Amino acid sequence: MSSIVQFENVGLRYGTGAETLSDVSFSLARGAFYFLTGPSGAGKTSLLRLLYLAQRPSRGLIRLFGEDAVTLPRRRLPALRRRIGVVFQDFRLVPHLSAFDNIALPLRIGGMEDKDLQAPVNEMLAWVGLGDRASARPATLSGGEQQRVAIARAVIGRPDLLVADEPTGNVDPDMAARLLHLFDGLNKLGTTIVVATHDVHLLSRIQNANMMRLDRGRLSDPTGQLRHPPGLRETGP
Amino acid sequence: MSRALSFSWRASASDRRLLPEGRFAGPMPWVIAIMMFLTALAMAAGLGLGRAADGLGRDLAGKVTIQILEASRRKRDAQAEAVTSALKGLAGVESIDRLDDKRINALLAPWLGGDGLGAEELPIPALIDVTLSSSANDDISAVEAVVQSEAPGARVDRHARWLAPLAGLIGSLQWLSLLLVGLMASATAAAVVLAARAALNTHRATIDVMHLMGATDVQVARLFQRRIALDALFGGLVGMVMAVAVMLALGSRLDAIGSELLGAVGLGFRGWLLILALPLAGGVLATLAARITVIRTLRTML
Repeated sequence: MSSIVQFENVGLRYGTGAETLSDVSFSLARGAFYFLTGPSGAGKTSLLRLLYLAQRPSRGLIRLFGEDAVTLPRRRLPALRRRIGVVFQDFRLVPHLSAFDNIALPLRIGGMEDKDLQAPVNEMLAWVGLGDRASARPATLSGGEQQRVAIARAVIGRPDLLVADEPTGNVDPDMAARLLHLFDGLNKLGTTIVVATHDVHLLSRIQNANMMRLDRGRLSDPTGQLRHPPGLRETGP
Repeated sequence: MSRALSFSWRASASDRRLLPEGRFAGPMPWVIAIMMFLTALAMAAGLGLGRAADGLGRDLAGKVTIQILEASRRKRDAQAEAVTSALKGLAGVESIDRLDDKRINALLAPWLGGDGLGAEELPIPALIDVTLSSSANDDISAVEAVVQSEAPGARVDRHARWLAPLAGLIGSLQWLSLLLVGLMASATAAAVVLAARAALNTHRATIDVMHLMGATDVQVARLFQRRIALDALFGGLVGMVMAVAVMLALGSRLDAIGSELLGAVGLGFRGWLLILALPLAGGVLATLAARITVIRTLRTML
């Protein structure tokens, strides 16, 4: 299985402080499902920020979709970013846009005409159980509803890589199961998925999922090989 | 062709909603309205003075008045006849007009009264107006030579020389108005830059999200430049309406004065066209300033 992401000895330092990430090396296989776990402050969000190109590393090599993401000219980043769906921990919904317009945003950025937006966006709204909240603004949605809008926005463009930071943190167990089922479905369509989570119950819900564990900025496996949760079959690279 | 969050004057409702602040909100349209008002007045002053200067130049170019200062009326008439005859044969002389007593009396009437002393009772100089062709109007030495030979002591006054200081003043005022237009344009651009930066700060979170979804700098800049261009156009039109009202009022006042010099201060078709194009130029300037500012700022982000 070919890899779409490769990290080699990646380090990340904010300002002059200690390294948030140190010597992180791994690769993500195309079409695989990964959980990223670790205690608070371990560097999960920083690692995800590197994955979705919100940040460049202080050192090391990152290859995304075959491109060197560390030295890639800034003008070429948008094309890579359009291949990545992101579910932010704090949702980052545009507050003055409706749920419909928030979900449609990646498609509009990608160039889809207004008239072509209705079907896919409405389908996605229905899929996350918000078919009747299309015109609602984020402020009028509950935390769980906002999270579902954020997830719908991340997956609507059928990204090659989906990165989700605590995507089930604000939803009830049933909805969490549904959302994971959504991720699993997307994964079966070929999307590589990375989910950062504290929720150990999630880890057993996806068959064939791989696990990465971060601890104090380092992947816990010093060889850089991905680790699978106990009891699950390893299918990673 | 895909629109890709495209900028156009018919931007979709959701494009417009991405930057939710109401149009014509904030001080920028009104700052631009004031700038446009002052710019239009400065430009109108420059163009009007230019036309007045052109008119004066045309009226005075090649005009010469010969004053024969002989006290004896008989000799004065003889010298005037001799000068007139001699000038008729001179190359470059287009017309010769000797002022008769009636016209001289009319000229003196404001000072001596209409039925008081006149040219017959007083030794008033004989006056001969000469118009030179455009090729000869820079060199009146031939005219002066003829006059000196036929009427020694006569004066040759070139009209353009009398008004040279006024023409200089008009020229300076024209440059001043041009400078003012330039300064106003710079101030307008500066106001737009500040407004664009403020808008960027206000919408930073939205821009971050758009960037992370793959929006390009140009896509983001288009959203800002469109709104700022519309604000600038609105402000420009308001300022222009105010300026045109002032110009029309001033025009009617100038007409009422009845002065030939002030009456020549007008804009003409081309001048009005230039003035009325100012809001459009302001819109283009604001669009460019906003685009450059936004793209430069975005380039500081990843």
